[in-house]
Amino acid sequence: MTTPTTQALATARRRDRPSVFRAVLRNPLGAASLIVIALIVLISVLAPLIAPYDPAYVDITAANVPPGADGHLLGADASGRDVLSRLLVAGQLTLSGAAVTVVISVLLGVIVGLVSGYFGKTFDLVAGWISDLVLVLPSKIVLVALFAVIGPNTLVTMAVLGVMVAPQFYRLVRNLVMGVKNELYVDAARVSGLSDAAIIGKHVLFAVRAPIIIQAAFVAGIAVVIQAGLEFIGLGDPNTPTWGGMLQDAFLAMYTAPTMLLWPGLAIGLFVAACVLLGNAVRDALEGTDAALNVSAAPSTSTTAVRTVQKPVVIDDPADEDVLLRVDDLSVGYPDGDGGVKRVVESVSFSIRPGEVLGVVGESGSGKSQTAFAILGLLPSNGRVTGGRILFEGRELDPLTGARRLRGTRVAYIPQEPMSNLDPAYRIGAQLMEPLVVVSRLSRAAARERALSLLERVGIADPKRVFDSYPHEISGGMAQRVLIAGAIAGEPDLIIADEPTTALDVTVQAEILDILRDLQRERGMAMMLVTHNFGVVADLCDRVVVMQTGRVVEAGSVEAIFEAPQHPYTAMLLGSILDGGPARPDYEDDEHVSAPAEKEVAL
Amino acid sequence: MTAPLLEVRDLRVAYPRKGFRRPPVEILHGVSLDVRPGETVGLVGESGSGKTTLGRAILGLAPVTGGAIRFDSADITSVDRSDRRRLARDIQVVFQDPYGSLNPALRIEDILAEPLRVQGVGREAARARVRELLGQVGLPEDAGGRLPREFSGGQRQRVAIARALALQPKLIVCDEPVSALDLSTQARVLDLFIEIQERTGVAMLFVSHDLAVVRHVSHRVAVMYRGDIVEFGRGAVVTADPDHAYTRRLLMAAPVPNPAEQQARRAERRAMLEAEAQARAEAV
Amino acid sequence: MLIFLLRRLIAGAVLVVAISFVAFALMYAGGVDIARSILGPEATQEQAQAKAAELGLDQPLLVQYGSWFTHMITGDFGRSWFTAESVSDAVVSRLGVTLSIVVVSLIAVAVISVLLGVVAAIRRGWVDKVVQVLSVVGVALPNFWVALVLVLTLAIAVPLFPATGFVQPRESVSGWLLSITLPVIAITIGGIAGAAQQIRGSVLDVSRQDFVRTLRSRGLPERRVITNHILRNSLGPAMTVLSLQFIAMIGGSVVIEKVFAIPGLGMLALNATLRGDIPIVMAVVMTMAVVVVIVNLLIDLVNGWASPKVRVQ
Repeated sequence: MTTPTTQALATARRRDRPSVFRAVLRNPLGAASLIVIALIVLISVLAPLIAPYDPAYVDITAANVPPGADGHLLGADASGRDVLSRLLVAGQLTLSGAAVTVVISVLLGVIVGLVSGYFGKTFDLVAGWISDLVLVLPSKIVLVALFAVIGPNTLVTMAVLGVMVAPQFYRLVRNLVMGVKNELYVDAARVSGLSDAAIIGKHVLFAVRAPIIIQAAFVAGIAVVIQAGLEFIGLGDPNTPTWGGMLQDAFLAMYTAPTMLLWPGLAIGLFVAACVLLGNAVRDALEGTDAALNVSAAPSTSTTAVRTVQKPVVIDDPADEDVLLRVDDLSVGYPDGDGGVKRVVESVSFSIRPGEVLGVVGESGSGKSQTAFAILGLLPSNGRVTGGRILFEGRELDPLTGARRLRGTRVAYIPQEPMSNLDPAYRIGAQLMEPLVVVSRLSRAAARERALSLLERVGIADPKRVFDSYPHEISGGMAQRVLIAGAIAGEPDLIIADEPTTALDVTVQAEILDILRDLQRERGMAMMLVTHNFGVVADLCDRVVVMQTGRVVEAGSVEAIFEAPQHPYTAMLLGSILDGGPARPDYEDDEHVSAPAEKEVAL
Repeated sequence: MTAPLLEVRDLRVAYPRKGFRRPPVEILHGVSLDVRPGETVGLVGESGSGKTTLGRAILGLAPVTGGAIRFDSADITSVDRSDRRRLARDIQVVFQDPYGSLNPALRIEDILAEPLRVQGVGREAARARVRELLGQVGLPEDAGGRLPREFSGGQRQRVAIARALALQPKLIVCDEPVSALDLSTQARVLDLFIEIQERTGVAMLFVSHDLAVVRHVSHRVAVMYRGDIVEFGRGAVVTADPDHAYTRRLLMAAPVPNPAEQQARRAERRAMLEAEAQARAEAV
Repeated sequence: MLIFLLRRLIAGAVLVVAISFVAFALMYAGGVDIARSILGPEATQEQAQAKAAELGLDQPLLVQYGSWFTHMITGDFGRSWFTAESVSDAVVSRLGVTLSIVVVSLIAVAVISVLLGVVAAIRRGWVDKVVQVLSVVGVALPNFWVALVLVLTLAIAVPLFPATGFVQPRESVSGWLLSITLPVIAITIGGIAGAAQQIRGSVLDVSRQDFVRTLRSRGLPERRVITNHILRNSLGPAMTVLSLQFIAMIGGSVVIEKVFAIPGLGMLALNATLRGDIPIVMAVVMTMAVVVVIVNLLIDLVNGWASPKVRVQ
């Protein structure tokens, strides 16, 4: 039993499941906000014990006394009540109101969202409609209106606010659950016979709990602000001190004692800011741990034991003058999170002659796509060319921008995934015409004509219809043809195609390969064809470059590579090909197999 | 003739469409096939052929609107949740996506123990069985304590295979299990499938879009096109010298990894397409 | 596109009717008790019954609703229970005041938050930091507190703007502008805080999509890629964000109008609710609901134009 896996595992570092809580604490803002919230809650709970005065104690002689005077640290209000004491005690009703809102909105929203997301259909329709209805209403107005019915009852009012906020949790949970429901590991659990409740409890809830916590933090903050607003306009509980109520007092005394505005405002601001920052910290921590959970720890090491100890085998490298594109000792790297640079392409060299098709073959992690992007100057924002040169027609390109000025007119790109590479907001025709008008400076009429003829050239049966369609209205195979049309529209000399047929069905792939070959011959275009499929290489390419973990291990003519591979990695790859291999020996003694009559199906 | 383990007869599957009173979309138009004990039947087709839907229907994950599925002489076309749990002991699944088929937040031993715990296996017994399974698929014993992200795609597929084997099923439905893997890993995982079948006698329904993959691993092969099975016979024959025009087209379309041979095949394919076009023009 | 518009219109109308029923049921559920609370705690049972009959509160809820609804269709919202003025007159005279402030604020929020969000997403740098800080501070400080601070500094300490009051635009445009400046600033800060961060997020998401890279590969200048493609695709999510902000602003009017003593819908609702003048409260709720539905409809239209996929759903 082959166990090449042990090798990879031995080198992988053992990592415990990253705790979201710990990640939050490590974030300075996250830790600070947790501490602030905990302090405020603690102080509010202990307020009656630690407040210097009874918050309701009226002392006319101290009316509007400024802060610092007479044993009133923060001053006294118009009735002579100590501001500090009132501030401390006010936290109680404010925080309990917020708590009521959070609890009700979470319970209502999460439960309805779970049921809606998991079971769908009518329940989902009705719940969604009710949720939309609630969201349309401005919550403050509804609470003001209901005051006429409820009266100055803070906790009931905050409960109603909870109902009004619940749709936020409902939508969040419902969408998350619908996403998780379609995950394959849920299907696997269903096949194992896990009950719906168990699936929800084990798989679904887990994916959902952190976003709920984040939202709950924000809701707590919003609840405090809304409650303060209601109290400010006079709808609060008149007998209990609240931060909003204190602001109302401050408002009435604004001309005589303006500093009274400061303290309740700061209390509210501090608490709400802490809630928001805590929510942000949890979200950042979640993204960090999510990334860690999903990134595989065996990135560019293929699971083969064959290492590049042998020198690369390169045959037949032409001299500078003949060459259209030359890549010389190119290296590409990304920041690795610890301050260093992780190289995904290492000292890669190859060249392409005019009109030649070069296949760049490798498995995942070989760096073949990264090389293509580096040449085009389309690396993602944190990727860099860290060494080497790229020369087009003998002239060196700027390593930061690659072939930027040549894009569209001399060098073109065909991507892998057809659907996600078309702008969903524009019709196909408009997308084809735009570069022709803007870059190639054609008139609109000429561009339109060229676009239509291109669509026909790539084998689309009804060019006019596709021209007028949006990307979501055409199939994957058609979309890839459109992308090819877009690439050749500017009459480039070099096409860089990144796995152009991998996402397509095999019959469609054959048609696309035919088109690519015909176009290439007809226009004398050179092509850099990135692929992992040796059949595609055999079909289209003149020369081949084999890459493994960022390096070139072999290069040569296509006949030489297939007939006599020199490097063990190339030989191993070719040996893994299944095409033309033996079939399974027959089942028992299978000469006569009962088969249903063949169907006559129109193709 | 050995009696079939799984028998699908005239199966129809249709998905409801959004909106009021719109007729459902039929994906399978009455397909029939069978799988014998210890046999691998390959199911090959392109996108829209319904091959994945057929696999899912057998697993109880697709809405059956006609026909029947029989397993071990019992009708399993529509089973409720408790029956499904019992069936789970006999029919299991390996999915395509090694990154989506394992819950990224659970450890390997929890993932592998899940089907066991559902059946009521005790914790210690489950743990022992997990160790055994890891050995069967060539993963080291300490893999149990790790998370999926610490493994490569090929290794994760081994975990998925181990999970499928946990309850010693009689049939495993494999839905494109090697399509997302590198070339070198594909061959090895396929050989693992074959080895497990030879050792445990489990039957497999192996769904794939790749004729070569299906040829390597199957005894018999069924070819699907737009919701119908157009050909079903011995693997060696169907994948090398098929009868049906669609299968021939499928075969011709796959490029051969040899420049000279591919040139020949290209010519053959062109000729075949022209002949078809001729025949169509004449039929009009 | 036309069918899309029609569908949204009908959906909006249904929504408004549903809201009216729910609101009505909640407010008038008390029945005879409402009459008693109007009269005060010393009222006798007969007095309460008589008052209830006078106001129609002794009828079954559905009958009351039906009567209210048929009147509402013709624009008749009845009369105040306390001042005998026509409710629709009261509402109409205040609607323009509130709308002028909220609409100006919405435009300010839209322009500034889109600018900030887009620059933060594309240029990063210090604008990015500003947006992130603002998104915390602007939410944490209640907008009425900011309003109070503005009044203290820009109206009392340095008398640049009026501390209270509203000047009708037809009386004096400059007076109107001065009277709404401080309220608009107060509302806008909170609105930008909420919107800029989210717009930044959605612009970032769009700019990371595959088709953006392919567009660049065609040789299109970066500026064009940003304006014609990235922004166009971010429009939908941005509109959604702004519509939520609008709803919050309409709700916030009740507090802001109190600070600046502006005779708008918010003050009308507040005074009515303190008295228990339910017909006026109902009318204000309905008016605001209709305004929000109309604004959402307009936003849906923009969405439908920007994102063709949405039209099909």
